Formats: sequence, C-alpha cells, structure tokens
Amino acid sequence: MVPLSWYILLGVALFVIGAAGVLLRRNILVVLMSLELLLNSVNINFIAFGRYYADFRGQIFAIFVIATTAAEVAVALGILVALVRNKATLKVDDVTVMKG
Amino acid sequence: MAQGFFLLFAAVSVITALTVVLARNPVHSALALMACFLQVSAIFVLLGAPLLAVIQIFVYVGAIMVLFLFVIMMIDVREAVLQRFLPGGNLPALVLLVLLGVEMLVLVLWSDRFSMAEPVAIRGGDEVRELSTTLFADYLLPFEAASVILLAALVGAIVLARKEPG
Repeated sequence: MVPLSWYILLGVALFVIGAAGVLLRRNILVVLMSLELLLNSVNINFIAFGRYYADFRGQIFAIFVIATTAAEVAVALGILVALVRNKATLKVDDVTVMKG
Repeated sequence: MAQGFFLLFAAVSVITALTVVLARNPVHSALALMACFLQVSAIFVLLGAPLLAVIQIFVYVGAIMVLFLFVIMMIDVREAVLQRFLPGGNLPALVLLVLLGVEMLVLVLWSDRFSMAEPVAIRGGDEVRELSTTLFADYLLPFEAASVILLAALVGAIVLARKEPG
C-alpha cells in the first residue's frame, strides 16, 4: 500500500504550484485555473485522510468542495465576461475598479 | 503495484500542474489542467473513492473545463499570449512560496504521524451505499445549502454575463 505521507506530499506539491500560479501570474484566466489546482490538492488531502482513518466525512467534504467550486467558477467566469466586455483587459493589475 | 501507479499519476499530475502555471497560452493551460484533473481522479480511484473519481470527471473535466474553454475562446486572448511570463518578476511572492513549501515539507516529513502505510480498518460492504446514506442522513442540511448556492450562482452568472439593455 501507499503510505499516507505520499498523498500529503502530492497535495503539498499541487498546493505550492497552484499558489505560485495565483501569486505570480498576471493573467486572470490562469489565476482562476490555479485556484482550481489549490482546491484539488485540498480534496486529495481530504480523501486520503478519510481513507486512512476509515471516515466517510473526508469524501463528503470533498463533494461539498467540488459543488462550491462549480458555483465559484460560474460566477467568476460571468464576472470575467462582463469585465472584458466593459474594460477589454485580462491583466490582474489593470483591474482596479474596487480600489478605494 | 499500487505504489508504481501512484508514482506515475503523481508525476504526471505535477508535470501538468507546472504546465498550467508556466504555459503562455491560456488554452494550453486549460488543456493541461484537464489532464491534471484526470490524473487526480485516477488517484481518487487508488484511494478507494470511485464515486468521487466519477464526480471529478463529470464536474471538473466535463463542466468546468468546458466552461473555461468556452470563455477563453470567446475572449480575445492574443494580447495575453503576447506578454511574457517571468517567474522572477515578483520576488516577495516567490520567497513566500518557497518558505511555504519548505515549511509544509519539513512538517510532513518530520512528523511520524503520517507514515502509516495501511488504513486503520478495512471497511466491508458497499461503500458507495454507506457514503450516500451518511450524506443524505447526517449532512442533509449542508447538501440543501449547496444546492441553493448552486442555484444562486447559476442565476448570478446569467445576470452578470447578460448584455446591458440599451
């Protein structure tokens, strides 16, 4: 069997890569995709812990994470379409409408 | 055998995740992300969660990635393609990421609580049936809340993406 720490290390690797995408890239689409990577690494950890401690709640919380992600992506892409229609930019640094 | 499969899926998923971040064209990023999600769903199968693997493929690969590709092709990405991506452009964020990664690696490798190689108890019987019983009996209220959230997101996305009248 695969040790539990291998799954956690895979989660760590995917989390760091996704955080790098969120923090370093300036393209809004790539930032959103990196957010998906972050949520997937969390899901891997949930399911691995649920499997190794024989608890269903890991899988149940992963289901809720996936449902919330679907809602988040729908709203984010709607906002993105409205943004591009109004401002015609895809760079994160150019979107400063909410700045006080 | 399972270790070999895990190493294969983990290596491919890490490589495709790096491709998501490093690719210049967002379409390449989306396709690499799709491959990464497929590997993650294979890892879910290794973890004994076939229902989650199917949900992963249906929701992520089937719905979310198609939405992403639609939006990428609807938006003109040529300007975004032309700009180069420099990893060293944001030094504080890079230092923060390295610190985060090193900290998590040290904590996971240093602790001996994560070295268990076998699950505590092998469950017998139909796992998907038990999972759905738990989901619909003990977690019914969060389930309904998730459905309301999905409905609100659906309506909100339609309202946001609609063309302004006049």
